[in-house]
Amino acid sequence: MDGRCTHAVLLLLCLGSCLSLTPPAQPFVRQEKASGLGSNSSKGGLSLDVPMALRVFSVDYYHVQAPFEIVLWIMLASLAKLGFHWSGRLPAVVPESCLLIMVGLLVGGVIYGVRHSAPPTLSADAFFLFLLPPIVLDAGYFLPGKLFFENLGTILWYAVLGTLWNVLGIGVCLYGVCLLASGSLGDVSLLHCLLFSSLIAAVDPVAVLSVFQEIHVNEQLHILVFGESLLNDAVTVVLYKLFESFLRLPVVTGVDVLLGGCRVLGVGLGGLGVGLFFGLVAALTSRFTSRAQVIAPLFVFLYSYLSYLTSEMLHLSGIMAIVTCAVTMKQYVEANLSERSNTSIQYFLKMWSSVSETLIFIFLGVSTIQDVHMWSWAFVCSTLLLCLLWRATGVILLTAVVNKVRRNVVTFRDQFIIAYGGLRGAICFSLVFLIDDFPKKRLFITTTIVVILFTVFVQGMTIKPLVELLEVKRRKRNLPTVSEEIHSRLLDHLLAGIEDVVGYWGQHYWKDKFEQFNQRYLCRFLIREERQARSSIVRVYQELERRDERADEEHITHVDVRCQTRPHLLEEMDSIRRILTRNLHSFNNKLEVVTKVALSNIHHMFADVNILQKQIPAYSRHTLHGTPAAEGRKPLRRHQSLGGKHSPWSQEVPDLSHYSETYPTPRNRRRPIKTTRRSRGLQGQTPQPRTFMLGRNNSLDPLEPSCPDPQKLSYALDNKT
Amino acid sequence: MGSRASTLLREEEIEEIKKETGFSHSQITRLYSRFTSLDKGENGTLSREDFQRIPELAINPLGDRIINAFFPEGEDQVNFRGFMRTLAHFRPIEDNEKNKDPTASEPLNSRTNKLLFAFRLYDLDRDDKISRDELLQVLRMMVGLNMFVSQVLRMMVGLNMFVSQVLRMMVGVNISDEQLGSIADRTIQEADQNGDNSISFNEFIKVLEKVDVEQKMSIRFLH
Repeated sequence: MDGRCTHAVLLLLCLGSCLSLTPPAQPFVRQEKASGLGSNSSKGGLSLDVPMALRVFSVDYYHVQAPFEIVLWIMLASLAKLGFHWSGRLPAVVPESCLLIMVGLLVGGVIYGVRHSAPPTLSADAFFLFLLPPIVLDAGYFLPGKLFFENLGTILWYAVLGTLWNVLGIGVCLYGVCLLASGSLGDVSLLHCLLFSSLIAAVDPVAVLSVFQEIHVNEQLHILVFGESLLNDAVTVVLYKLFESFLRLPVVTGVDVLLGGCRVLGVGLGGLGVGLFFGLVAALTSRFTSRAQVIAPLFVFLYSYLSYLTSEMLHLSGIMAIVTCAVTMKQYVEANLSERSNTSIQYFLKMWSSVSETLIFIFLGVSTIQDVHMWSWAFVCSTLLLCLLWRATGVILLTAVVNKVRRNVVTFRDQFIIAYGGLRGAICFSLVFLIDDFPKKRLFITTTIVVILFTVFVQGMTIKPLVELLEVKRRKRNLPTVSEEIHSRLLDHLLAGIEDVVGYWGQHYWKDKFEQFNQRYLCRFLIREERQARSSIVRVYQELERRDERADEEHITHVDVRCQTRPHLLEEMDSIRRILTRNLHSFNNKLEVVTKVALSNIHHMFADVNILQKQIPAYSRHTLHGTPAAEGRKPLRRHQSLGGKHSPWSQEVPDLSHYSETYPTPRNRRRPIKTTRRSRGLQGQTPQPRTFMLGRNNSLDPLEPSCPDPQKLSYALDNKT
Repeated sequence: MGSRASTLLREEEIEEIKKETGFSHSQITRLYSRFTSLDKGENGTLSREDFQRIPELAINPLGDRIINAFFPEGEDQVNFRGFMRTLAHFRPIEDNEKNKDPTASEPLNSRTNKLLFAFRLYDLDRDDKISRDELLQVLRMMVGLNMFVSQVLRMMVGLNMFVSQVLRMMVGVNISDEQLGSIADRTIQEADQNGDNSISFNEFIKVLEKVDVEQKMSIRFLH
């Protein structure tokens, strides 16, 4: 392992030096070039020199400079990531983001040392236009929809009010500090402080994602922090632009402030609207891609990016647009596109977002090495302190209020993690570069870098031990037993009934309404004819056919060291659960068909390797195993023997001994088709309070609804016309 | 809408209900108006027909059993007190209640009482045991004949018992009670500890110990 480590480091250093040795971007006068062998010296025809002789070998760097450097950077980022994963125990202790920043620092230092000038910094344009969208798109596409919408109120509460609280608090206090230290900081006005605080107060989704996905806290906590980091973009954008324009105005009146307040709403809703629009158009387009399936994934990316760019153009919140777009189009696109297209979409998303994230962190490190630093102990330390303080108080106050309305109370430990997990990242960094120049701008830049480094390093590294220390509720890893399933089902039915008796119109009522609307209008319009399945039976046939194709073609045995999942099983269970939520009205013919069709697929469901000991990550950067709907397609081999006690797989499947002790041995051990049984425990989700509504022709969650979901054997026996 | 003077809720009654069930004043009044709106006969009690008139309840698989749960043994009418007593089981457990005097009788919405309510949905004959038959009945109701298939499939993956039978089923369509019975057997097997082939209340509690019953079986009644 050490050998590999040094290997990786050497490689990186080599790359770093390559990058530093690339000449800076001022093109010299074109030197003599060989004109043999189809050279490209015909550029502009401005070559000053006459070729002296034919050269066999020549180098024309400037021709390829821009893409070459870009590729080198990306290569550096990817190799750094590889090196990180091979470096033994390091990933367990240090989060990836820290290591990448350190690599960036190293490379930046090398470049600085060689060139004696500042290394290239992360330009705000490159960041906002190219590096940020893939990450946010990836996050939005794999967002656990049900959980997100259930907690939407709380998330918005934290995002909007929390950010406002932080911004105003930090800004005003910083101004106080500047007044106190008026010797060195006297020329920083209140508006400057507010501008600065508006960009430093916001929690960064990239940093949060990269740290939280390694600590595996319970899904609710994860979605709260992550959702907040996504949605506070609207507030941040508005406040930043607001204060910036205030700075340019000669006088700021009350009306302007009021208008600013309206803008928050406008920006958020505008972003939402743009995202919705593009999402629906994308869904519609995907309906017609059956004849050109190869380019179908492209539409997903194009439309999402378009929504981002459009909202950036209109000064709306790009992040909200792209997240809404992804969330909206996902279910319809997945229904319309083939299996392979769906897989490619997911792989590409993961790949791009991974590369993006790595690049961002490396550039953060590189950009730290600069000439432009200005240091002021008072300012920097007070900023740090205030950030922590205001976030903590904000979270506590807001949670105290919101807990009165929530069913799942946010515990004190969760609050601590929410406050502590408020990491800042590259968004602040880019925004600070965009400030109009003024004497103390360099101070702001330095402070921002310090805050980012502090949050990522100190908070990022210590959050994992803290989570363990505080015994924060973690993601559950086990699957439920049969009894638990049945009894839970009973409880769901029971609660549905009681709610009907009480006439309670809670969350579930609106969810149902949306479901009906979705089913009646949207699905009809946006999903391809044959995928719509007039009857659920047809849907089942199609699904099974698709699975047949899949099982016959693919061969990936998936073993991911860190996250072993059993996606199909969960999909099955989900679909079955979904079915259990519906009421059936006509039995006979449906029964026949369903039985035949479903049972013909039983062996598909059996063929899988790792059923026991599953982690079901709500969202994972490194694998495709997001929500069950987004699980990578596990190829099913027919008639494959699974990890029974006497199978060759038994070494790989842990916990079998416990299993076979608890349960009697299977009757038919010699059958070619086997399954393993699940161990006890609960499914990997925090228990949902009453997420279920029976008798309203609906499924469990709004975004993985009755619309045919190709991943699930949706035996949706609806009673619709 | 006619005089309801005889059925208006008196303050003392509200107080008593408050003490017994733990609902707040406003919750009780709100639920009372719901009660009266269900009470089409305007006689201050609800009959089974009144419940069956609720449309969604009618198509709930467990609808009948839920309705039954409201009515005390052998009676056909339930008054407001009884209505509230049943609904009290679904009140969320509040933190301050957890530290109450341990010698006082358990509140209706304690975890044990919630589970007891659920237990009684299975145990119709009130012998404090869920027999295989009772379980089978509920399974039939919940799963229904053609949902059975999916339920079986789900069981399938967890169990290793039905493969041959399933393959046989591919030819024919009759889903026998036998299949459901196997599921019931499995459920009992997982829970049964004293070998009497039925699930007692304690075994029931044990099986559900990992399920967050307090959350699942709570409705947030509006204040």
